[in-house]
Amino acid sequence: MSILIDKNTRVLCQGITGNAGLFHTRQCLEYGTKVVGGVTPGKGGTTVEGVPVFDTVEEAVEKTGADATMIFVPPAFAADAILEAADAGLRVIVAITEGIPVLDMVRAYDALRHGASVLVGPNCPGVITPEECKIGIMPGYIHRRGPIGVISRSGTLTYEAVWQLTSLGLGQSTCVGLGGDPIVGTSFVELLERFNDDPQTEGVLLIGEIGGTAEEEAAQYVRRHMRKPVAAFIAGRAAPSGKRMGHAGAIIAGGKGTAAEKIAAMEAAGIVVAESPADMGAAMQRAMSRSRGA
Amino acid sequence: MKIHEFQAKQVLRDAGVTVPRGIVADTPQDVASAFHQLGGGVAVVKSQIHAGGRGKGMVKEVPEQRGVQVVRSAAEAEQAARNLLGHTLVTVQTGPQGQVVRRVLVEQGCHIARELYLGIVVDRNAKRPVLIASAEGGVEIEQVAAATPERIFREPFHPDVGLASYQARKLAKKLGLAGPTVRKAEQFMKALCRVFVARDCSLVEINPLVLTAEGDLLALDAKMTFDDNALFRHADLVGLRDLAEEQPAEIRAAEEGLSYVKLDGNIGCLVNGAGLAMATMDLIQLHGGRPANFLDVGGGANVHQVTEAFRILLDDQNVRAVLVNIFGGIMRCTTIAEAILAAYRSVGFRVPLVVRLEGTEVEAGRRMLAESGLDIMAADGLTDAARKVVAAAKSRP
Repeated sequence: MSILIDKNTRVLCQGITGNAGLFHTRQCLEYGTKVVGGVTPGKGGTTVEGVPVFDTVEEAVEKTGADATMIFVPPAFAADAILEAADAGLRVIVAITEGIPVLDMVRAYDALRHGASVLVGPNCPGVITPEECKIGIMPGYIHRRGPIGVISRSGTLTYEAVWQLTSLGLGQSTCVGLGGDPIVGTSFVELLERFNDDPQTEGVLLIGEIGGTAEEEAAQYVRRHMRKPVAAFIAGRAAPSGKRMGHAGAIIAGGKGTAAEKIAAMEAAGIVVAESPADMGAAMQRAMSRSRGA
Repeated sequence: MKIHEFQAKQVLRDAGVTVPRGIVADTPQDVASAFHQLGGGVAVVKSQIHAGGRGKGMVKEVPEQRGVQVVRSAAEAEQAARNLLGHTLVTVQTGPQGQVVRRVLVEQGCHIARELYLGIVVDRNAKRPVLIASAEGGVEIEQVAAATPERIFREPFHPDVGLASYQARKLAKKLGLAGPTVRKAEQFMKALCRVFVARDCSLVEINPLVLTAEGDLLALDAKMTFDDNALFRHADLVGLRDLAEEQPAEIRAAEEGLSYVKLDGNIGCLVNGAGLAMATMDLIQLHGGRPANFLDVGGGANVHQVTEAFRILLDDQNVRAVLVNIFGGIMRCTTIAEAILAAYRSVGFRVPLVVRLEGTEVEAGRRMLAESGLDIMAADGLTDAARKVVAAAKSRP
């Protein structure tokens, strides 16, 4: 078992004829992902990497039976692509695109709020269930199948964490990149719930960063409901206030959203927090052995 | 993107938000004549820089001069302008180096009965824009939020529906407004929410919003920030950008597709990915060093970008050592090693360089660095990288 996606997931790529869409479709196919179709308005009827291209998501779903999508559409059109994916009934929507206007995401989030689709991202590396299905831009080979769920607001820092886990012999059930924007479709709590209920997952590693309060909410959920050990790392202890650290969402605003507050909330919830980014895997290991001892 | 107060007020005025009459000027003579044009009563001369805290800010060259001054004659206005223009204003937000005042806004004075606060941001929890109101105007809202959170009122709204009249009335009531002023508040708030959405703002702040003795509402100060990601649909706003207010190195970095923030430490860092870049700063600090910057070269990290990134890092005279921390995912470590070597040769390094590579084809990448014959310290893991670069920085005066 895993969460969100597995070997049976049938994936579309919206924006498949663009540079990034094409490159990553190829990478996902190589990994073994069932990429069953692509969508680019105006390019319907063509084929890319052996994958049929459609003009609309609706048609693509009809013809391929897809249930998930990855979006590489340019920022100005990306929110529309998200809405189109939800309208076509796709269960999992992974938006990779960086730079979507925040009010576009407010509108998209609002439209998806009551629907059945799960939106991951935007501005995220994607979702991977190792050795089964990769939907996104992460390097597949660093992952191993195993018991750890990973949830992160970052990209390369997640690869770093996964690499540490894999090197320590801790494989992953599913790894989810939430995205670095202020408004993202899915946050820590929804995924913690899923990992809590997933039989394959035995522990969860959270990678947070400055800005917002998603980590504090995660801590609260862990304290009240989590039955599995949780470890974490929070990036941005050294970040100054009022300056955006690359990610649109990574900013300490009005003295709020600091790493110190988040770390305190997590530690109070019994989460093992790695002090150094070199020890993310080790912190997970500690959390696992501590729960076994208890 | 930040803009000046006078620009924000123009955007607001165009949107039907009431602001005081004002004239922008960049010479003392023009300030004096602006004073006359505004009716010659009481006026306020306000420094136009992007940082806040101007009222309490101090002019470096004329220590008794504050960044905002009430004037009662043309001569007084001219003197204030002479003290401000071309001089450096230091406020709590500028940092000790301050910011040069290039123009001032001269505004008609008004009879202030009360000072209130209005602000709009996109609330990450509500996933909507939210109008924030407080009767505690004229002070920093963060202080009010920390000390007396019950005095802050919030109304979220959908961008395409806007603020409902009843929401405005609720807030007006909580601000203690009554009589015909309530209707004015409703118009003011709704117009403010409309302009926030129409111009894709990330922040609008009216602090203070004044209630005049005559019962009118006026945006006495205005701060407006736009969503950089939405500027593509606001060509008219792009022209409001004032590059003189921004860090030259940050502008240069942005042009090269690099995300760079200057800090005050002495260890330069170059990293791929924002999260890893932040974590690298943390790592340096954890090992007793101080990061000189945040720098994310993005996913690509080609020769040109790495070269430019090195130049930007080395232009910072505080930098005593540089750490490159790259996790090669889809991008191979060999490609990155090539970029580092080429950039190193063309830049002419003046400080020690520590490189930590991990990921795809890492062995070959490390070998390339080791066999280059260049003075590059290879690190084995994050902790080793941090120790090496901190020691290298400390060994140099």
